[in-house]
Amino acid sequence: MSPSRHNNLMSAYSLPSSKSSYSVISAFCTEDNIPQCISYINQELGSLGLAAHIQADPPGRASLNAAPALNAMYELLQIHRRSMNNVEELEKEQLKKTSTLEHMQTSNSRLKDQLELSIREKSGLHETERQLQLKLKTLQSCLKTEKDEVQKLQSIIASRASQYSHDAKRKEREAAKLKERLSQLLVDRKDKKLAIEMLNSVGRSDGKRSHWKTAKATASREAEMYKSLLSDYEASQRALMLENAELQKVLQQMKKEMMHILSPCPPLNRGGSAEESQELGDSDREERSAETSRETLDQSCEHAREQLTNSIRQQWRKLRNHVQKLDNQASLVQNQPPSNAEVIPLETHEHEVERMRLEVQQCKEFIHAQQQLLQQQLNTSFDDETAALLNGCYTLEEKERLKEEWRLFDEQKRNFEKERKNFTEAAIRLGREKRAFEEDRAAWLKHQFLSMTPFADRMRSSSSDGQSALSVKSEPEIRTSSSKAPPVKSSAYTTFSTPKSSKSAAVPSTIDVCRTLRLIPDYSSSRHSNQRRWQESSATEDEESWLKSKSKVCSSDLSIFSLDEDKNPLT
Amino acid sequence: MNFSEVFKQSNQLCKVSPDGKYLATCVQYRLVIRDVNTLQILNLYTCLDQISHMEWSSDSLFILCAMYKRALVQVWSLEQPDWHCKIDEGSIGLVSSRWSPDGRHILNTTEFHLRITVWSLCTKAVSYIKYPKACQKGLDFSRDGCYMALAERRDCKDYVSIFVCDDWHLLRHFETETQDLSGLEWSPNGCVLAVWESCLEYKMSLYSLDGRLLSTYSAYEWSLGIKSVSWSPSSQFLAIGSFDEKVRILNHITWKKIAQFEHPAIIDNTKATVYKEIEKRPAVSSDEMSLHDITVASSLFSTQSKYDISPLPVQIPVVKPDPDRANPKIGVSALAFSSDSRYIATKNDNMATAVWVWDMQKLRLEAVLEQTSTIRCFQWDPRRPRLALCTGNSKLYLWSPGGCVSVQVPAEGGFQVHSLNWHCSGDSLILIGKDQLCLCYMDADQNNE
Repeated sequence: MSPSRHNNLMSAYSLPSSKSSYSVISAFCTEDNIPQCISYINQELGSLGLAAHIQADPPGRASLNAAPALNAMYELLQIHRRSMNNVEELEKEQLKKTSTLEHMQTSNSRLKDQLELSIREKSGLHETERQLQLKLKTLQSCLKTEKDEVQKLQSIIASRASQYSHDAKRKEREAAKLKERLSQLLVDRKDKKLAIEMLNSVGRSDGKRSHWKTAKATASREAEMYKSLLSDYEASQRALMLENAELQKVLQQMKKEMMHILSPCPPLNRGGSAEESQELGDSDREERSAETSRETLDQSCEHAREQLTNSIRQQWRKLRNHVQKLDNQASLVQNQPPSNAEVIPLETHEHEVERMRLEVQQCKEFIHAQQQLLQQQLNTSFDDETAALLNGCYTLEEKERLKEEWRLFDEQKRNFEKERKNFTEAAIRLGREKRAFEEDRAAWLKHQFLSMTPFADRMRSSSSDGQSALSVKSEPEIRTSSSKAPPVKSSAYTTFSTPKSSKSAAVPSTIDVCRTLRLIPDYSSSRHSNQRRWQESSATEDEESWLKSKSKVCSSDLSIFSLDEDKNPLT
Repeated sequence: MNFSEVFKQSNQLCKVSPDGKYLATCVQYRLVIRDVNTLQILNLYTCLDQISHMEWSSDSLFILCAMYKRALVQVWSLEQPDWHCKIDEGSIGLVSSRWSPDGRHILNTTEFHLRITVWSLCTKAVSYIKYPKACQKGLDFSRDGCYMALAERRDCKDYVSIFVCDDWHLLRHFETETQDLSGLEWSPNGCVLAVWESCLEYKMSLYSLDGRLLSTYSAYEWSLGIKSVSWSPSSQFLAIGSFDEKVRILNHITWKKIAQFEHPAIIDNTKATVYKEIEKRPAVSSDEMSLHDITVASSLFSTQSKYDISPLPVQIPVVKPDPDRANPKIGVSALAFSSDSRYIATKNDNMATAVWVWDMQKLRLEAVLEQTSTIRCFQWDPRRPRLALCTGNSKLYLWSPGGCVSVQVPAEGGFQVHSLNWHCSGDSLILIGKDQLCLCYMDADQNNE
């Protein structure tokens, strides 16, 4: 087969997919054209630079020599793989290059825009600069004109002033002449004498005679004038000297203090200031020695004064530098806390402060607790004498109170007994009456039963009267007995008011009486306790002026009584 | 505060004697002497003509009454009412008349300032001083009464003559550096004489008692210069008020400026208190004005006023002066130191409703009092730092470091206070109106708002 036909075939089937079907390969090489295919393949291999060793084996038959064929296949596969790798790499490179190209294009366009913008801006700024220059020029010219005008005006003023003064002088001379003339005329006129009329001469104000005018007098006048001037000068000079001395003192003090501040080097001082403090120390020592020698000299000496002011200035400068350095260091510390190891960092400082605060708080609490305990102790433990005394007082008071209460209690008990007696009597009476009534009733019933006669109405009415009489009788008794009890519990009243109602209610009335009888002791006891409570309260009011322990005792008393009250269901 | 009743006076001539016991007033041509406390008339003198000027002698024994129109001076004695003295200047005229410090000589200035005649009451002798200068303040006596300084003008040049008041002996005569001397004033200690130029030039010269020039001070050129001058009572400061609305303080050691007080129209950024007078008009029912109301009109229309402290910034009303006229109403025209030299009160003419009080210790503004009308007169109490001022209405205003108060002068018919004078003890004030006067007696305690 011709290679072109092979090529055609190849191109027709030039879709080298991995799943190359057997039909494609079989199209190229069939059973007939194996040797041609072999030669063709060997040719191709040779053109590719590979060893072309594919042979038919045995020759003339359809089978191939496996090893060279496999080798050729293997090398082809290698080539294929390499070329695929290359293709991949090339593709990658191409992608990269396209992206960089795009990027370059965009940045290019952006830079172009920026360039345009800045060119426009520049032109704008140029424009404004030009305008400002113009304005500046005009203002300068205005200023120049104004200055010229001012000068012109000043020269005008000067010339006018000189003109006016000249004119004024001329007029003044004229006036002086007129005055002379006038005074001549007036003084020479004798028609009106100028004179003084006095009743009598007046003595001098200081009472002395007047003196002649002599040269000695004039000299003495001069002397007096100079004396007064001199005294004034001396006074002012004295004042100034005093002021000067004070100011010098102040300066000296300031200098000393400044030296004091600067020279004893504070421990927080560090770094470069160490040498400075050293310098200061030296200079200060010199200063001190100089000072001691100078103190003996006259301070008002010019030289000494100059030295003093110079030294003050020096010290002040040093102090200022020192303060500046401290300021710088402080600012440095604020900016970079951990850098400078010698500086006490802010955090530890704060920690320390916090810790100390906590300690202080704890100590305070401790002190508080101690105070309270101590107070309690103090309250309970007096010294023996006063304690005994106080206790004695308390017990006495208590005894008194108790006596009083016992008395009242006895009284009430007696009343109570009386009432109870009354009640029992009443109850007995009531019982007897009840029995009598029962007997009556029985008799009546018997009678009724026995004699069912039309006269039964009469009998009933009489017995009912008797009944009512009974109840009426019992009522006032019960009422009076009840009135003896203090009118606090309304229930007692209600129980007593019920017997009015009906005969059936009479039965419950006795029950009520019994209840009330039972109640009344409780009630009276509650009354007692109430009274006692009242007394207690009044007593406690009195006792509030006493110490606390007393009130405690009272409260314990209260508690005793309250226990009684607790038994009482009513309270 | 008690007010006396109102008395008549003429020409605003009411003066308390230097010893503080008597009050002399002039009513037309009569001289009335009253006791200051009881206001009883002690003496009554009659002069020959309407009195133009009246002055007590320094020992309070004599009173001088000058009648300028008639060129007459009459002197009256308090001890001897019969004693009389008449000085007739004749046709040479009389322009001013004053006592000498010893109370025994009278200095009369003739018309046109031709000369000064010195009359002696002890010896009837006469002496003349020639060429006195006609200026604002050409003659000044030192405070101790020893020396007199007189400005003279000869041959278009200024001179100052210093006389010894004892015998009128000329001590010194020297030419000054001024072009046109406007005034001179002794310092209170009598050792320095301040001499200043007219307002065309700002120049202050200081001469010692023996005539040496100590120093000159000039704040600026060309503009109008010095308007008012005042020495502090301690002689430490010399305050110069000028037309540029500023006060400059010179010190007595170097004669250089130590402070400059300005009067801006807007007061801001200062620790001073600004007191503003506020008037409260009583409500007037306009329709029903009965006859009774109209007769009581004076009290009805008299307005109450009180001071309010204005918060800063404060604007003081300014009146611009006419630029064409001479002596414009601008600049500091009135200066007064308090008696302890602690405060100085100033008035700026184009803010004529405000008085500014400055503290000399701290050299800053202490208070500003803004009134409703132009301030006519202010004067410090001679004993304590208390300033009294009046604005031409019927009220009296007092300022002290504790505060300020406005007091209505209770007088029927409306009494307008035009000027005031303190009594030398500082316990009472003499309020002078147009033709009336009234005395105001202060309480012992300070008046505070």
